[in-house]
Amino acid sequence: MSTESTTGSGATTRATGVPSAADPAAPALRATGVGKSFTARKGEVVALTGVELEVAPGEFVSLIGPSGCGKSTLLRLIADLDAPTSGELTIFGKPAHQARLDQDYGIAFQQAGLLPWRSVGANIALPLELHGVERAARAARVAELAELVGLTEFVDRHPDELSGGMQQRVAIARSLAAKPRLLLMDEPFGALDEMTREYLQSELARIAAETGAAVVFVTHSIPEAVFLSDRVVVMSPRPGRITDVVATPLGARRDDGLRESPEYYAHVTAVREALHGTPTHRPGEP
Amino acid sequence: MSPVVVARPPRRTAPPAWARIVAPIVVGLLLLAVWILWVDVLGTAPRALPSPIAIGQELVLRGEIIGKAMAVTATNALLGLVAGALLAVVLAALAAASRPLDGMLAPLVAALAVIPIVALTPIFNTMFGASSQFGRQAVAGIAAFVPVFVNVLRGLRQTRPVHRDVLRSVAASPWQTFRVLTLPTAVPYLLTGLRIAASLAVIAALVAEYFGGPADGVGTAIASYAKSGRAALAWAFVAGGIAIGLVFFLATTLLERLVARRLPV
Ligand SMILES: Nc1ncnc2c1ncn2[C@@H]1O[C@H](COP(=O)(O)OP(=O)(O)O)[C@@H](O)[C@H]1O
Ligand SMILES: [Mg+2]
Repeated sequence: MSTESTTGSGATTRATGVPSAADPAAPALRATGVGKSFTARKGEVVALTGVELEVAPGEFVSLIGPSGCGKSTLLRLIADLDAPTSGELTIFGKPAHQARLDQDYGIAFQQAGLLPWRSVGANIALPLELHGVERAARAARVAELAELVGLTEFVDRHPDELSGGMQQRVAIARSLAAKPRLLLMDEPFGALDEMTREYLQSELARIAAETGAAVVFVTHSIPEAVFLSDRVVVMSPRPGRITDVVATPLGARRDDGLRESPEYYAHVTAVREALHGTPTHRPGEP
Repeated sequence: MSPVVVARPPRRTAPPAWARIVAPIVVGLLLLAVWILWVDVLGTAPRALPSPIAIGQELVLRGEIIGKAMAVTATNALLGLVAGALLAVVLAALAAASRPLDGMLAPLVAALAVIPIVALTPIFNTMFGASSQFGRQAVAGIAAFVPVFVNVLRGLRQTRPVHRDVLRSVAASPWQTFRVLTLPTAVPYLLTGLRIAASLAVIAALVAEYFGGPADGVGTAIASYAKSGRAALAWAFVAGGIAIGLVFFLATTLLERLVARRLPV
């Protein structure tokens, strides 16, 4: 089942007319010298400084680090929900602002953020509806997405009838509605129990592979980052910055078997050491 | 995968449904019994308080003229409610959209809320002519305007940050954001405002009749029959006024409940 195969017209641009063509050779994301400061009551808070990051098309990259290290801030800058104080962000070679207007990315947050008065189907269809996709094409795309996230029987339900994990799957389906080639996720499984979390991690790995979308995934769980990612970007607070990038090339096999494998453990350890700055000694080990 | 549908939690622990209906009926019947005892059996009640039986007889005998008076008052209240609520929604939307306009409207509405509006009726009657219902409708409209404006304005400011982020991320225009997010978020607040406004509009429309204007309506009848000593008939019109208020209250409460079921906040 491929989500790239149907006739839904996907992202069309309103107002500005033609969607500007993405550069096929451009990286999914390029951040150069990105910084962000907030002016708070107690003076200036440097949330991010000197961020250099490139994400290739189809690549899965996690941002990991302690609370307050600027993970959410970086994601919001990429999504053009906030403007950087310095530096430049491009998505498929376009400025972040244009990429947002062209629906080049989809985003999911820790809170599902579903509209409670809309059915599951209408929530998934929201981006398409706002961009003038016809009813029939919309219905076809919703059916496809509902199947992708395993919620076909629930499209007519309302969000308050679903569990937290199901709501998060609806939010992921919504973020995929316009067939973005970049998916931004801010701790989407952060509020879920461990079982649901592992299950949704496997589902997300499958969805990312099926859609071929690049993913920038914020988390503070090391195993989650290693399980999902091709690379793990390690960040530090005060000021928020990237301190290390750990490659986690575990290949296409992202299933429960992977969680038991020695390479997986080795990468988890590598990321942990990058996070803590020094090799860690665990009890019971020499 | 085995998705689990989460059952809605019970709202709150309440007495059983039958008790909630039976209890007020029992209280009402008890009061009625005391009333009959005082007026008909003991005979010590003041003349202005007739027996409920006499009031009932008047209600049956004069049902038609009471109905006509009720129609006049209810129409005034309804027109005022609709016009006042519409104006309130439009102005609240403008105030929510523009800070300066909000600054101008807020003190004006605060002033409206403390002015005893019905006191303006004689002035309206002089302005629009003593045979016009407009003064009464205007008074009902102003009375209804205030709670609707206040509640809708509050409702328009209740959108959640995550919802605003979602709409911004899908490049929704300001108008689309208003239509799919801001407005639906405000609907429960609008309905609460309407429920409060409905009772106020009925009271305003009825009391306005005490201040002159055309010689019809429930309030006019209560005033003239009370003065001429026909207490039972005056009370029958009071019952008519209560009925109007009840209908307005129940209709708006029902609307609020129906929509609340579809719009869990
Ligand atoms: N809107 C804001 N105003 C002021 N300070 C902010 C704002 N958003 C984030 N910050 C600050 O920026 C820093 C990074 O925050 P955030 O990106 O949310 O971190 P993380 O997601 O990694 O936990 C924190 O110190 C936070 O207090
Ligand atoms: Mg965060």
